Amino acid sequence: MPPPLQAHRLLISHRRLPTPARRRFTAVSSVQSAPATTLAPGPATSSILSIRESLLSGERTAVDITSEYLSRLRRTEPSVRSFIHVADAAAEREAEELDRRIASGEKDAVGPLAGVLVGVKDNLCTANMPSTGGSRILDGYRPAYDATAVRRLREAGAIVVGKTNLDEFGMGSTTEGSAFQVTTNPWDDSRVPGGSSGGSASAVSARQCVVSLGSDTGGSVRQPASFCGVVGLKPTYGRVSRFGLMAYASSLDVVGCFGSSVFDTATILSVVAGHDKMDSTSSSQDVPDYASELVSLDSLESKPLNGVRIGIIQETLGEGVDTGVVSSIKGAASHLERLGSVVEEVSLPSFSLGLPAYYILASSEASSNLSRYDGIRYGRQVSADDLNEVYGESRANGLGHEVKMRILMGTYALSAGYYDAYYKRAQQVRTLVKESFKDALERYDILISPAAPSAAYKIGEKINDPLAMYAGDIMTVNVNLAGLPALVVPCGFVEGGAAGLPVGLQMIGSPFSEGNLLRVGHIFEQTLQNFSFVPPLLAEH
Amino acid sequence: MALTLLRGMRTPISFRSNSGLLFTVLRPRLSRFTTRAESAQATEPKAAPKSIQLATKEAAEQKTQGFEAVIGIETHVQLSTVTKAFCSCPYNYGSQPNSTICPTCMGHPGALPVLNEKVVECAVKLGLALNCEISMISKFDRKQYFYPDLPKGYQISQFDIPIAKKGYVNLDLPVEFGGGHRKFGITRVHMEEDAGKLLHSESGSYSQVDLNRAGVPLLEIVSEPDMRTGIEAAEYGAELQRIVRYLGVSNGNMQEGSLRCDVNVSVRPVGQSEFGTKVEIKNMNSFSEINRAIDYEISRQIMLHKEGQADQIVQETRLWDESSQKTFTMRKKEGLADYRYFPEPDLPEVVLSTDYIDEISKSMPELPEAKRRRYENMGLSMQDVLFLANDDNVAHFFDSTLEHGADAKLACNWIMGDIAAYLKNEKLSINETKLTPLELSELIESIKNGTISGKIGKEILVELIAKGGTVKGVIEEKDLVQIADPAAIEAMVDKVIADNPKQLEQYRAGKTKLQGFFAGQVMKASKGKANPVLLNKILGEKLNAN
Repeated sequence: MPPPLQAHRLLISHRRLPTPARRRFTAVSSVQSAPATTLAPGPATSSILSIRESLLSGERTAVDITSEYLSRLRRTEPSVRSFIHVADAAAEREAEELDRRIASGEKDAVGPLAGVLVGVKDNLCTANMPSTGGSRILDGYRPAYDATAVRRLREAGAIVVGKTNLDEFGMGSTTEGSAFQVTTNPWDDSRVPGGSSGGSASAVSARQCVVSLGSDTGGSVRQPASFCGVVGLKPTYGRVSRFGLMAYASSLDVVGCFGSSVFDTATILSVVAGHDKMDSTSSSQDVPDYASELVSLDSLESKPLNGVRIGIIQETLGEGVDTGVVSSIKGAASHLERLGSVVEEVSLPSFSLGLPAYYILASSEASSNLSRYDGIRYGRQVSADDLNEVYGESRANGLGHEVKMRILMGTYALSAGYYDAYYKRAQQVRTLVKESFKDALERYDILISPAAPSAAYKIGEKINDPLAMYAGDIMTVNVNLAGLPALVVPCGFVEGGAAGLPVGLQMIGSPFSEGNLLRVGHIFEQTLQNFSFVPPLLAEH
Repeated sequence: MALTLLRGMRTPISFRSNSGLLFTVLRPRLSRFTTRAESAQATEPKAAPKSIQLATKEAAEQKTQGFEAVIGIETHVQLSTVTKAFCSCPYNYGSQPNSTICPTCMGHPGALPVLNEKVVECAVKLGLALNCEISMISKFDRKQYFYPDLPKGYQISQFDIPIAKKGYVNLDLPVEFGGGHRKFGITRVHMEEDAGKLLHSESGSYSQVDLNRAGVPLLEIVSEPDMRTGIEAAEYGAELQRIVRYLGVSNGNMQEGSLRCDVNVSVRPVGQSEFGTKVEIKNMNSFSEINRAIDYEISRQIMLHKEGQADQIVQETRLWDESSQKTFTMRKKEGLADYRYFPEPDLPEVVLSTDYIDEISKSMPELPEAKRRRYENMGLSMQDVLFLANDDNVAHFFDSTLEHGADAKLACNWIMGDIAAYLKNEKLSINETKLTPLELSELIESIKNGTISGKIGKEILVELIAKGGTVKGVIEEKDLVQIADPAAIEAMVDKVIADNPKQLEQYRAGKTKLQGFFAGQVMKASKGKANPVLLNKILGEKLNAN
């Protein structure tokens, strides 16, 4: 049973709007024409939409909105430490510039993400900001270019507020693996935010920014989304360009999105998704306007999920999974049933094979991808008397423990004589995993599971037990092996911290079915009663 | 970008080029592919007469005293595409260091490769030209090693599925080396990217990295171990050079490093089926150096065998030293390097359609081998055939001269004689002169129909090569039409005889070789225009008339 949660909602972006003027859950395109509808205060609202409305109506300026977020960031950052780099001055300048353009009546001034503050995981390259990947070896490195996802956000009018903390190069599940700082969970500062995109998740959770970008190689968006009580989306492999994402495991890496609502998450996915000629693995599938396909709460039928077939993955509710998590997921399943869908248990026999296969493949690719961090052309170089020492010392000093361990594992797996037993075998397992998902997804529209076997755990709890940490990725890695999209939506709480710890529901779909996941996720989110996913950290003020 | 680079270069990278360490991983090779093939000898007597081949074989055997060399070659051909293999940087040989680089070819974080489709086109062309099986589906792999000229720490290459495999190349050895037709097997052709270059300081205390060449597309061509002598290997290399030039995929320039040959040489007693220990030789900058380096290496290895020191032959890389005409140890191989190849996840598979291959197949030019056979069938000698077919421009000039109706043998003689001499003197290639195939054919025709003499023809040729113009124009302008009117010649003969009574007396006294003197005088008087046959006929009659 979830703990009683009475923390009142904080309608951050809406504070100055009188309730009747507020509209939610409608498409961006209809903002200017549709009449305002009155909705009772309830579930998650779209911050992007209300920012857009207030800018268009002249209700608020971009400077106002930016300073609201920045002041909250300054207040919460000392305890949360989401950001490695905060670009507050640049954000303020960009907001002023936006206001100037709006005032001078520039037609295109208000882009789809105008005035929206985004946090960007520090393994995504940003031209005018440091980009370290959370690694000492790139301390002070400033890329010459923006990652495609970042460029697209900026072109849509978004303001990059800073670079968020992560496990070094995305390798970890707690964000404790950062070379620079430990990020805490906004729900309980003695706990981890999850990882590796822990900074991006905690920043959205603490409303330090509106939305954020992360990356997901084995669960790095979904698990921290679950731990921090925000919405996290891992798109289909190839849906978002990887150009400018510091590669960890190229065949698994995906740029993902965080938001405090499904609507916001859908909005930024529409902006960042799509083919990029700089990434040959990016898909040329059309990108729908995901947010416009979401149905507002007031126009929902009584059984909006009629005809939707949902499979709940048996293997994710068994041994080793926290009972609180299991009951939250079962509660969520009942809720989905009440909305009209059919929920059945489904078995994925290859599920348990995914974890070891994942760690072999990801480490193998990492051992290759990280070779470029050699201190020769950029980043930290240690001077030495001979070449091997230059390499050895630069990498020994620049790379952290977990990264070195994975490079060693990957190098081993790819070595002559071991390749067939490890890398090749893991690829075979990957094929099995893909097939078993494909099978299940022919019978069900969506598969559901927890996003992690537990809620957020204590900082330091697993730091000396990598296997325990790796085991925590069991819920998510299979999805990366299969290249599928998955959406995590907060669905409940378990006991812990001052106000309970959030639990996320993972919804997995067929390739390029993000639209359907977001639609179902949105309905789920809008109809979930009695939960508020604003952390107590914010309620105190 | 420049700033980043300077940061990289600012710190003297403290390793020494002479420490030996520098070379431990320098551009290592796929040596396993050359040793895998068990087919020992693939030379097939085909076009050349058997006697010549037997003679050269016997000569070689005598020289190698019961031993036989086995030679395989790995050739890297740099493609002359407008941009690099995986980014849009251009490549121009000799440009300012680090002036044509970008985040991708510098291996910056987050940068990704995008395949230049021209590279695939070049690879398919070469694969077809080498009679290979083309892989309808191939892929890229990463070959991993650390070296400062390799920005990503891995080279994008092809490992187990090359774009082309199992081919062969036909060639004809030069007549001066005994001639003979040869067929050498091609194991595989694969696509990969080049590395940058290290510039070592004079003091040896630091090195600088130039990444202009990093990411430039290469095709690596691995031969079967089918060659037995230096000249065979050199001619194999020369044939590859001709083919890539005919195809226009590379300039094939060895001095600029656009065509690089690494040679594996081993020797074994004649009759033994297993290979001897192989030695790799590098640093040869011409085909002649390849020939000499291999022959030196073969005799070095045979000498060691004969002295009972065969164990001194170790798997190593030796460098050819042109000044001393010897090979020297560069580095000993310390076991087999492990490059940890695995499929490149940043690039999709390369999938070809039959239509695509057919399209390329249709666009293929006539290749050297087909050309040689065609010329041979015209009745030209092998020496002529090789001269014409060895240079695409010469062959093209020759063919188009024939198209204008010229006789093959005559056209060949002009090209190999006066034209070749002129080109050699002036250091020009045939398409850099003002002479056109049409005018050469006109010239040949003018001589054939008696309008001008062969001697005048040579004069006109020089005029045409240097200044251009037409045969007709030069003849008219200089009034060079041959005098073929017997009456006019007779008048000149009469005048010369009358002017030289003393010589006439001597002639009639029996010194008949003076006819040449009279002929010369008449020719001089006619300014070389007198028809020599007519002239001699009339002159003879007059001198002997009594």
